[in-house]
Amino acid sequence: MPVETEELKMTEGLLSFIEEWKEKPGNLIMVLHRVQEEYGYIPRNIAFELGKILDVPLAKIYGVVTFYHFFKLEKPGKHKVSVCMGTACYLKGGQDLIDELEQLLGVGCGGTTEDKQFSLEAVRCIGCCGLAPVLTVGNEVFGKLTTDMLPEVIAQFK
Amino acid sequence: METVEIKINGQPYEVEKDTSILKAAKKAGVKIPTLCTHSDLEPWAACGICVVKVEGSPKMVRACATTVVPGQNYITHDPELQSVRKTVVEMTLANHPQECLTCARNQTCELQQVAAEFGVREIPFPMDVKRLPKDESTASLVLDPTKCIQCGRCAQVCQQLQDVWALEFLHRGHETRIAPTAGVMLNESPCIKCGQCSAHCPVGAIYEKDQTKEFCLAVEDEKKHVAVQIAPAVRVALGEAFGMEPGAITTGKIYTALRMMGADAIFDTNFAADLTIMEEGTELVQRITKGTGVLPQITSCCPAWTDYMEKYYPDMIPHFSTAKSPMMMQGAITKTYYADQAKVKKEDVYSVAIMPCTAKKYEIGIYDNMQASGENDEDLVLTTRELARMIKTAGIDFVNIPDSKADSPIGAYSGAGTIFGVTGGVMEAAVRTAYKLVTDDELGDVNVTAVRGMDGVKKGAVDFKGTEVKVAVAHGMANVKSIMEEIREAREKGGDLPYHFIEVMACRGGCIAGGGQPYGTEDDIRDKRIAGIYTDDEKSVVRKSHENPEIVAIYKDFLGEPLSHKAHELLHTTYQERPLYQK
Repeated sequence: MPVETEELKMTEGLLSFIEEWKEKPGNLIMVLHRVQEEYGYIPRNIAFELGKILDVPLAKIYGVVTFYHFFKLEKPGKHKVSVCMGTACYLKGGQDLIDELEQLLGVGCGGTTEDKQFSLEAVRCIGCCGLAPVLTVGNEVFGKLTTDMLPEVIAQFK
Repeated sequence: METVEIKINGQPYEVEKDTSILKAAKKAGVKIPTLCTHSDLEPWAACGICVVKVEGSPKMVRACATTVVPGQNYITHDPELQSVRKTVVEMTLANHPQECLTCARNQTCELQQVAAEFGVREIPFPMDVKRLPKDESTASLVLDPTKCIQCGRCAQVCQQLQDVWALEFLHRGHETRIAPTAGVMLNESPCIKCGQCSAHCPVGAIYEKDQTKEFCLAVEDEKKHVAVQIAPAVRVALGEAFGMEPGAITTGKIYTALRMMGADAIFDTNFAADLTIMEEGTELVQRITKGTGVLPQITSCCPAWTDYMEKYYPDMIPHFSTAKSPMMMQGAITKTYYADQAKVKKEDVYSVAIMPCTAKKYEIGIYDNMQASGENDEDLVLTTRELARMIKTAGIDFVNIPDSKADSPIGAYSGAGTIFGVTGGVMEAAVRTAYKLVTDDELGDVNVTAVRGMDGVKKGAVDFKGTEVKVAVAHGMANVKSIMEEIREAREKGGDLPYHFIEVMACRGGCIAGGGQPYGTEDDIRDKRIAGIYTDDEKSVVRKSHENPEIVAIYKDFLGEPLSHKAHELLHTTYQERPLYQK
């Protein structure tokens, strides 16, 4: 786990959300969701602040954050490329898309490009099996893909 | 005690109500194997080898975490159970490096023992060992996650017993590992080096940093004058490594063994414990009678506790006694007072401390004033476990060697010095001397029983001829919280002082159950070691620190009086606030 040094400030919205949940049991997961919504990941210094405000040891916060794949400890790229690996997409060559994207972006699955423009991840069924194999970039869906279509897809976001 | 009737393997037993199947079976003389559960901790059913059958039910239950139900018959051993348990161990072994012969836990490993008892001869699964880097960042401990079997004891000890939260399970499934969080190494984490994780680890995943080689090099170096001190708690535990009963007092044998291994001078930390009482006791009395400092005064002998305080309760710094720990005092006077008398250059003296503690390895380098003599006051700290290994390596028949005595002028000790090794002992020793300092009279009955025993927090009051001195004792780091809260509350409200003097030891039971002691420490063993310490006290002719003739002599010939300028220079220290995470 790399130590990330960027210092971020808690936003007003986040602080008031924490205040609202502070005394409620089981608040940690809720607050972490809200933090990730705010920053796209769980920034280290925000986790430290959170520990102080909620009076929860940092170890516990990291235990939870690393247990659930949903939570990210590294800042994602500007564009999130999510390749569906649900059953239909998998059978239609989802893995080939991932392999090709790894080559195209020069980053492993789960990683972020050096210029912080793209992150690549595999996801479970995104609910449009008729378009398999499918991927999303941010909120845009691209279906019935073949590997040779990928450079064009990526180029739209560069 | 309310009891219920159950059956174990068809035999009727009357057992404690709401006890676990595991504990009930143990009392009935039936050993159900376990790897994760430990009597210091709440069971949490991680390893799965303690499964038993309940007659009439198709399910197997985990004996550690299942409460007995009246009338039920528990089957603890049959071919099917043995086969299930064996499979679990085989699967664990498939993820575990097969490096027993070169492992720090060779012959003390619980996994090795279980594998032997189950008769595992092959691992019928493909080997899949996840190699992870070791964390050797602290002076005290080595974390080797490759050997971890994820029993969870270390994290539980660190979080529940010690309230330190340095270790946690990170990630999940195949990726799970025990580590400090937020991407830091152990020395940058809240870790206080108490080593309870290493004392509870069933395998070789966390262990003390082995420095036995450094001792061997020192005794081989003819220029070096090797002066060794042994801590109070070592003498009642070391024998266990040689098959002796826990609590057996082996002081004289340890002195002999150290001489056989080439040490030039043998001293005893108990002497410095007496010295600590003179300094810390005088400091307390002056705080009470002259208002020279903040009350309550808090003990500072335990380096894991001072580390914890600096991180978690820095507002308590003014409450801390400025007295160094006995080990550091002994080091400082070894290289000054003793070196002068022995006509040895202080730079040629190599001081070694045998300690029940892993945090002591960290303590010797922590502040600048740990070089009060002008050199490193203490050069090397070895734990009880390391000493046991060295004695075995040296081929010494520990059980049968004769006793010998410690060397003058800093080797004699009182009963008060020896009880430093047990919870309540520093308090009791301080009371014996403080009574004299306040009343100019001797305490009639020197046994201060109010501060003895295994309760996590002990409170009491001692009558100093009309002056009531209120005291509190806590052991097991998590138990300190309530007392610290009381002090903070009193400070805010400006109410009555809750206590005058507080003793804290990081480990449950005190140093006798320190993180560097022989493996297998549980409450029954703690009790025996504690009994050994009190026996050592009772058979001492001198039982008060201020009556130790060598203590009288060092003040007369060298230090002047307690808290003198020279005493301050050599025997006292300061503290500093530290962040929980260093980055």
